[in-house]
Amino acid sequence: MMRFLLLFSRQGKLRLQKWFTPISEREKKKIIRDMTNMVLARQPRSCNFLDWKDLKIIYKRYASLYFCLAIENQENELLALEIIHRYVELLDKYFGNVCELDIIFNFEKAYFILDEFIIGGEVQETSKQIVNRSIEASDMLQEDDSSEWYEVELFG
Amino acid sequence: MPAVSKGDGMRGLAVFISDIRNCKSKEAEIKRINKELANIRSKFKGDKALDGYSKKKYVCKLLFIFLLGHDIDFGHMEAVNLLSSNKYTEKQIGYLFISVLVNSNSELIRLINNAIKNDLSSRNPTFMCLALHCIANVGSREMAEAFASEIPRILVAGDTMDSVKQSAALCLLRLYKTSPDLVLMGEWTSRVVHLLNDQHMGVVTAAISLITCLSQKNPDEFKTCVSLAVSRLSRIVSSASTDLQDYTYYFVPAPWLSCKLLRLLQCYPPPEDGAVKGRLVECLETILNKAQEPPKSKKVQHSNAKNAILFEAISLIIHYDSEPNLLVRACNQLGQFLQHRETNLRYLALESMCTLASSEFSHEAVKTHIETVINALKTERDVSVRQRAADLLYAMCDRSNAKQIVAEMLSYLETADYSIREEMVLKVAILAEKYAVDYSWYVDTILNLIRIAGDYVSEEVWYRVIQIVINRDDVQGYAAKTVFEALQAPACHENMVKVGGYILGEFGNLIAGDPRSSPLVQFNLLHSKFHLCSVPTRALLLSAYIKFINLFPETKATIQEVLRCDSQIRNSDVELQQRAVEYLKLSSIASTDVLATVLEEMPPFPERESSILAKLKKKKGPGAVSVTELEDNKREGGELNGGGDRGPDTASTPSPSADLLGIRSAAPVGPAPAGAGSLLVDVFSEAGPAAPSTRRHFYRFVCKNNGVLFENQLLQIGIKSEYRQNLGRMYLFYGNKTSVQFASFMFCVVALLDTWLQLNVQTKQVEPLVEGGAQIQQVLNIECLTDFSDFFQPTEMASNDFFQRWKQLSQPQQEAQKIFKANHSMDTEVLKAKLLGLGTALLDNVDPNPENFVCAGVIQTKSQQVGCLLRLEPNAQAQMYRLTLRCSKDSVSKRLCELLAQQF
Repeated sequence: MMRFLLLFSRQGKLRLQKWFTPISEREKKKIIRDMTNMVLARQPRSCNFLDWKDLKIIYKRYASLYFCLAIENQENELLALEIIHRYVELLDKYFGNVCELDIIFNFEKAYFILDEFIIGGEVQETSKQIVNRSIEASDMLQEDDSSEWYEVELFG
Repeated sequence: MPAVSKGDGMRGLAVFISDIRNCKSKEAEIKRINKELANIRSKFKGDKALDGYSKKKYVCKLLFIFLLGHDIDFGHMEAVNLLSSNKYTEKQIGYLFISVLVNSNSELIRLINNAIKNDLSSRNPTFMCLALHCIANVGSREMAEAFASEIPRILVAGDTMDSVKQSAALCLLRLYKTSPDLVLMGEWTSRVVHLLNDQHMGVVTAAISLITCLSQKNPDEFKTCVSLAVSRLSRIVSSASTDLQDYTYYFVPAPWLSCKLLRLLQCYPPPEDGAVKGRLVECLETILNKAQEPPKSKKVQHSNAKNAILFEAISLIIHYDSEPNLLVRACNQLGQFLQHRETNLRYLALESMCTLASSEFSHEAVKTHIETVINALKTERDVSVRQRAADLLYAMCDRSNAKQIVAEMLSYLETADYSIREEMVLKVAILAEKYAVDYSWYVDTILNLIRIAGDYVSEEVWYRVIQIVINRDDVQGYAAKTVFEALQAPACHENMVKVGGYILGEFGNLIAGDPRSSPLVQFNLLHSKFHLCSVPTRALLLSAYIKFINLFPETKATIQEVLRCDSQIRNSDVELQQRAVEYLKLSSIASTDVLATVLEEMPPFPERESSILAKLKKKKGPGAVSVTELEDNKREGGELNGGGDRGPDTASTPSPSADLLGIRSAAPVGPAPAGAGSLLVDVFSEAGPAAPSTRRHFYRFVCKNNGVLFENQLLQIGIKSEYRQNLGRMYLFYGNKTSVQFASFMFCVVALLDTWLQLNVQTKQVEPLVEGGAQIQQVLNIECLTDFSDFFQPTEMASNDFFQRWKQLSQPQQEAQKIFKANHSMDTEVLKAKLLGLGTALLDNVDPNPENFVCAGVIQTKSQQVGCLLRLEPNAQAQMYRLTLRCSKDSVSKRLCELLAQQF
């Protein structure tokens, strides 16, 4: 299973953190520091895998963002790389040419998309169409909601 | 106003985020956040009820602030309120907040669980999924208690939507991992297994994670999944790349599901059913064949997905370890990857080959790639890849290629990254020992190791070379000559001085015939290093010098002069001073015969498992090396140290025994019975439950300082103890009552921090070998932190002093009294001996009744002294005693009274 997913910028600014097992806040901060230090120090064209404690760290850079996924030892590294890629594709499909700013300003959306794709550290649905459809469906619900709210605003 | 905002777009949130981004300093950011927190707090506390949208917006801001790394201590209630909103977005933000900021506040958990319960029974699939996500994200015990029985029902119900099934399967998996005892599959087992047949690939993908985990824990109950998994895999593997529509990923059909199926099969041995097995082998062959086909896309995603399946298939082939044909094909495939331009593939191929090297079918095939791997070690730019190459060289090493591999590893060490040097040193040392055919090569290798990476050579490594040299007389002369040469270097590592000192001290005579290495030259060489060395090394050198006096009487005067100088006999270090003084004295008064006996050549060390191996295992963590080690063992016969049977891992700790002096021993009976292997004998097991009997023995030592603590057919443990103030020393004697050797003799003393055993115990390790019929001794140093009766100091006092103190201790809690029946002889002398044995002073002429005993003593602990007064009144007619204790510390009286009442 996956243990955590971190998104951070080239400057080491954390953009998204998802923990699949309970970890104390203190420990989280330490891991975040370790990961950014380790990954940012890697030379270009190095392999995308690192051993870290009893976990494997799979990382990949997309434009200005690093995606860093920790998986348990027996998991498949190449597939983990593709999990990252699929997530990027899902973000891209949703935001249209996703960039770091989209994730900063719509962090909650980034979480919702991730939740549709992965639950409890395991892949739930690998079909891009199905994930996109369910995100769009919930967005439709949201559009309804907001129009409702605008009415309230107008009349209130 | 930033342009980027989608969906409903909470404007206030976007403004806040961009404010934060515009902050020029950390201080400004904190100021802005505090302002926002104050604002939100006032909104939440305000009289005006907030509408759902505002609540959602503020909760979302809090979440953002939390994710920036600031503490959030409010807003949980508002988030919980959002859960019961019937607006999807509000509910969604509420759940997100709860998932990210779980609070163990039990009141809150109850409310959250209520909201989840409502959503689960809402029959609205979107709401159900949100609730399931939340359970999976939090995954707490409370949630498992509330929902573990409900979720399997949702999972297998016929009318559950596919998306809900997927969430339910993974949610259940999460709960199973946190609280396996609460997730009872029982009646659901077969229906869950049959999810492998589900039409919806997404459902299968989610369910298989759950099934794999359950199969690992209960393989028998889930074994029907094997044939289902094989047929599912077979359908995917043989499908055209477009058959599976959106489950085809960059022209690879269902890579996630394929890998998970292959992973599930790795929970089981090869299928017994011939047809199933045939179908599976066909699948594996197809996967290997596909690797040779030209790629359908140039995209890296295509090759990653395809190779992910290939690596998983190879893992399964290695797991089965029964199909030589497939193993060799796998090895060839990996061989191709070793030279692939993708660094990732080279890395994975090296890693995967490591496990392949341990299979007897593919070991030889792996060995053919040695040149490529050595090249990788030399030329890879990425240190993690080089590390894998080093691991693989270690795994593929055997007698045929050991010299080459060890030489390559040694030369790599000169430039190796600091992070991996220590491990490399251990590996080189192990290989050199394991595959040494001639010992001069072994000695050369280890000395090279010290020369190249002396700082990384741990004690275990240089101890080991000395043990081996001492045990092998054919290598001693060579070793002496080589260390002598190595020491000529102007700057040589301290570890080299240690080895040199030891070996020349033992075997310097073997090279003394050559005038270039005459005794005095040897001595001067060693002594030239002396002043640059640390204290332990100097101590070792001093011992080497006294050995020189025995080996070469002509050096006596020179060495005595060295020992006599102030920097030695007045050295501020006690150890050095003591050695100098004693050695000087020994050399002056002892006759040559006595000297020769005292300073005789070291006897051979007992054969045992290399401590280096134990260290490497410890370093790498369990499992990491063990596979290859075991296999190596299987493959390779005679090792350097003769004994084919390796003792169990000395680094492993016995499970902590449950009781007070939980002395437990795992004693494999040595190699004596032919081919007995390492038979684990728990010496206590025969005596029934050891702990209670030890406890019974323990009470004997309240009034006695020595005796037998434990005894059975195999082992006798004796004890002798002495106490001074708050310090004590306990000698434990382990006698081997059998005629065979105990190897890897281990024990641990567990002093429970019981109410009365508050001790600081330091043990000195003992040799792990006990010869048949022999006894070894171990010393425990004990410091009493609080009160403990053996740390009694007697206090003599006169009659009136006694009564004065007795009266001072008159508060009710300071006194403890007990009237009890005599358990043992009431003989006066026996009683006296017992009371003295306790450590108190027996005061005569204090009690008006001469039959009674009065004692006084002080218990010394680290932090305080506890004065104790005791009066024992025997009644011979009734065979009863009355025992009264008064102590300056309340709890002590009571405890001592209870303890002593069992003694009389």
